[in-house]
Amino acid sequence: AMEDVCAKFVSQKISKTRWRPLPAAALQPPDLFATGSWDNEDNSISIWSVGDLGNAGLNSEYQVEPQLLCDIRHNGDVMDMQFLDQERIVVASSTGTVTVFRHHQNNQTLSANQRWEKAHYHVDQDTCCGGAACTGVICNNPEIVTVGEDGRINLFRADHKDAVRTIDNADSSTLHAVTFLRTTEILTVNSIGQLKIWDLRQQRNEPSQIFSLTGDRVPLHCVDRHPNQQHIVATGGQDGMLSIWDIRQGTMPVSLLNAHEAEVWEVHFHPSNPDHLFTCSEDGSLWHWDTSTDISEKPSFLHQGGRSTTYFSHTTTNQSVASAWLSNDPTKDRMEITNLIPNQTLSVNSLDVLGPCLVYGTDAEAIYVNKQLFA
Amino acid sequence: AAVPSQVVPGADPSARQLCFAWGPAEVLVCETLFGRRGGSRAAARAGGGWAVLTGCVAGSREGGPSSPRLFVVRKDQDIYIQTLRKLFNESHGIFIGLQRSEEELAGKARKAQLVQVSKNYRSVIRACMEDMHQAALSARDPALHSQYSTQVSILSAMELIWNLCEILFVEAAAAGPLMLRLLDWVRLHVCDVDNMVREVLSSENPSKHELFWNVVDIFVLQGRMDEARHLLSKEASANPTSMNMYKILDDLMKKMPVPGLGNTQTLTEMELKWQHWHEECQRYLQDGTFASHSHMESICKILLGDEGAILERKELMTTWYHFLVTQLLYSHPTVKPTELRLYAQMDLFLGGESSPEPLDTILMAAFEFEMHQVIKECSIALSNWWFVAHLTDLLDHCKLLQSHNLYFGSNMREFLLLEYASGLFSHHSLWQLGVDYFDHCPEYGRVYLELHIERIPLNTEQKALKVLRICEQRQMHEQVRSICKIMAMKALRNNRLGSALSWSIRAKDAAFATLISDRFLKDYCERGCFSDLDLIDNLGPSMLLSDRLTFLGKYREFHRLYGEKRFSEAAKLLLMLMTAHIAPCSFWMTLLTDALPLLEHKEVIFSAEQTYELMRCLEDLTAGKADKQKFQQSNPNSAHLQDDVETTKVEMLRLALARNLARVIVKEGTLEGS
Repeated sequence: AMEDVCAKFVSQKISKTRWRPLPAAALQPPDLFATGSWDNEDNSISIWSVGDLGNAGLNSEYQVEPQLLCDIRHNGDVMDMQFLDQERIVVASSTGTVTVFRHHQNNQTLSANQRWEKAHYHVDQDTCCGGAACTGVICNNPEIVTVGEDGRINLFRADHKDAVRTIDNADSSTLHAVTFLRTTEILTVNSIGQLKIWDLRQQRNEPSQIFSLTGDRVPLHCVDRHPNQQHIVATGGQDGMLSIWDIRQGTMPVSLLNAHEAEVWEVHFHPSNPDHLFTCSEDGSLWHWDTSTDISEKPSFLHQGGRSTTYFSHTTTNQSVASAWLSNDPTKDRMEITNLIPNQTLSVNSLDVLGPCLVYGTDAEAIYVNKQLFA
Repeated sequence: AAVPSQVVPGADPSARQLCFAWGPAEVLVCETLFGRRGGSRAAARAGGGWAVLTGCVAGSREGGPSSPRLFVVRKDQDIYIQTLRKLFNESHGIFIGLQRSEEELAGKARKAQLVQVSKNYRSVIRACMEDMHQAALSARDPALHSQYSTQVSILSAMELIWNLCEILFVEAAAAGPLMLRLLDWVRLHVCDVDNMVREVLSSENPSKHELFWNVVDIFVLQGRMDEARHLLSKEASANPTSMNMYKILDDLMKKMPVPGLGNTQTLTEMELKWQHWHEECQRYLQDGTFASHSHMESICKILLGDEGAILERKELMTTWYHFLVTQLLYSHPTVKPTELRLYAQMDLFLGGESSPEPLDTILMAAFEFEMHQVIKECSIALSNWWFVAHLTDLLDHCKLLQSHNLYFGSNMREFLLLEYASGLFSHHSLWQLGVDYFDHCPEYGRVYLELHIERIPLNTEQKALKVLRICEQRQMHEQVRSICKIMAMKALRNNRLGSALSWSIRAKDAAFATLISDRFLKDYCERGCFSDLDLIDNLGPSMLLSDRLTFLGKYREFHRLYGEKRFSEAAKLLLMLMTAHIAPCSFWMTLLTDALPLLEHKEVIFSAEQTYELMRCLEDLTAGKADKQKFQQSNPNSAHLQDDVETTKVEMLRLALARNLARVIVKEGTLEGS
């Protein structure tokens, strides 16, 4: 339903978009998201509202375009961005600095809450220049893991001044992205097509497992883990390929799915409905991968636009969904694939899905919000 | 033709000579140390249509006579206006859509498509104007406020011109509909009187308002008959005495024939009806029906197209083109597009009180169907290339510009698109939009793109990847190589050998891969272990890119086999590295030294034949060394110690080889014997 998409031109190229996480008991869809910009003389972090704010004075109550609540300058390109909790956002910069911003909801302002200067660096941390771009950040409150062009992995804890753990030269190539596999294990992807598992409890500075694409060493740019079936991992590569991995077995991907014509910048399983997956790319497309087509009844909560506790009780449904990602040829019978942007030209750098809502940002300096993703 | 010029602010050519350096999007102007001699010429000039913006002053701070200054003169001033970025981005999408739509449709459908594209461009301008207006309202700083207000009026003028071009050229409205379009155009853009209309209509008793008749006249002048009649009816009910007069005027206004849009009425029918109606109006005026009421009499005169009566209402029309359209409406409602030039004139309206402004000249050129004049005048008057580039491209798609070729470069469309895209490329962030414009310039787009893309600063790998993608999609091999090389050099400087190697592999740059492989080997020799094993173990087919890289991969494989205690495989590989000349000569001594533990192993690993080969390798190496030493007879003393170590190594190797040979002969002899 393209007509449900609301666009706003924001006069800066958008590198990241993230929904604010919902409180555990929330029933309503998300109403607030953050964006980060890149390649500007002055880059910024902005907070946007898509809800009706409870302002009775506002004229239209439906399909409101995103309203800017507040923004703050950010030094360097925003390379990655994650909400730590309802109020704090961790931002990775091209200067190598990692900053925690706090969104003050009472007076709608943003402030820098905590900063690790040059968390990523080349050669010498103390020289004036020499910062290396921090390319990825992932949070599991209070823990924050960052990776960078320097091949370094940092483990920070919010409110701690120094890094809890640093693995120097963890990777000889550039690390492009990171995500949590379990509470003590992380997954990284790098520029020579490798997927690595690191166990942060172990003092050894080596990955516990290495998976890799065969042959051409195509760089991997993004990684996400199935929210319920932790052994299922999706990565996106430079050649536009979506790879699905089963980290319980083998060292190669279970399936390679070709959709994009250029770099896949982000891949996300739907957090509460993981038979849906979303990818966006440098080629200007955003694909919705749907493995739920075989199931006659879609989970009903999607139509209500809220969270459901009933869904996870259907374990049988859940099982068959998971195996759909791992079946040998998912394109053939089970997967429905839709491009959500037909006439786009410039790169879609980032996307985020939460509940029935999708937000994405582009190099054409626009952000798009779709509040009825499954309508 | 006179070339328009603008003065670089701050530069003083009368006192100092200036020199220039042309760049792809900017010109550097600097003052030389030489004083001005001889006849003084005019000011520093930038070429036609160049907008001079930035006096970016460098050098000594004192403004004394000997302070050399450097000016950066930009081509396109508006590119840097933050609020216009929306215009550039949104119109980029429309532009791409137009290029893709190419020729699928024909005739009417194609025209409808082009009109829609034109409307889309205009709606982007209007949206931008609205934003700018809001910005002006909320700006506290008066300077900022006036800057925004200026932008609003520039955008408004751009939309006015575009709309007229849309009616006359893109849609090419025929006689009849043309009149309706022009009326819409006037109504949309003459907003100065809107406040007056609003004030009167919202007053308690409009007919008693002092501006009541002004508003009625405004409606009549704009051809808004229903609204005029509605207002008049209020006045009529308040004045029963002149009821009859009102009824007649109302009837005339109601009966006025209007050129139809979609109906079946032919032009001749329309003209006939018009003639009848006109005569009827004439009759009422002549028999003095309205003589007792000057307001109604003047309206009747306007209906008759009386020039004097219309001109009397000059302040309600504010512009000469409103006057033109009103006059056409009441005297030549079925005017043909080509006849417009006969009626279009501004002197009568301006009456020598004010001289025509650039906007007037541009609109006049449009009414005269001088499309190229319109584009030329716009290029001069506006401080951006956005407008002319997009308008010209649209007109070109309407097949209206084909005959016109410039004596330089390609055709006008391409010339203007190149200028606009070059401006985008000079911007730190908008450069990505420029790529698609260059793509649609068949003649010079590629060359421009090649020149510009190499100048994009690459501060992160991600940005480099985006630039690289642009180059790879267009098979710009030279640029791909250069970008990868830059990134590989950066990585090398940062001691990131793994990344450096990845970049050179991507560029298929064998020489650079060799250089990096040597660094790896040097590190190995110094430290005794390999760095970046995860990369070297995963080279795969890319190992074949350069001989040295192959050697690096194979040499690492030797270490792995050795580590896994697969000694005979390791020994075979080691020997092969020398005999097949994969290893560089400088590395042979290291390889032979690596053979030592294998030779001394308790089990015999090298066969007799292999041992002979190893011996030959050692002799070749020492012979080569000896030759070299003879060559450089007088070696300084510092090399002596090194030589001693080397000599000891060679002696050890010879001993180990001899011992191994003895063991293997015994072993092989025993095997043969048994």
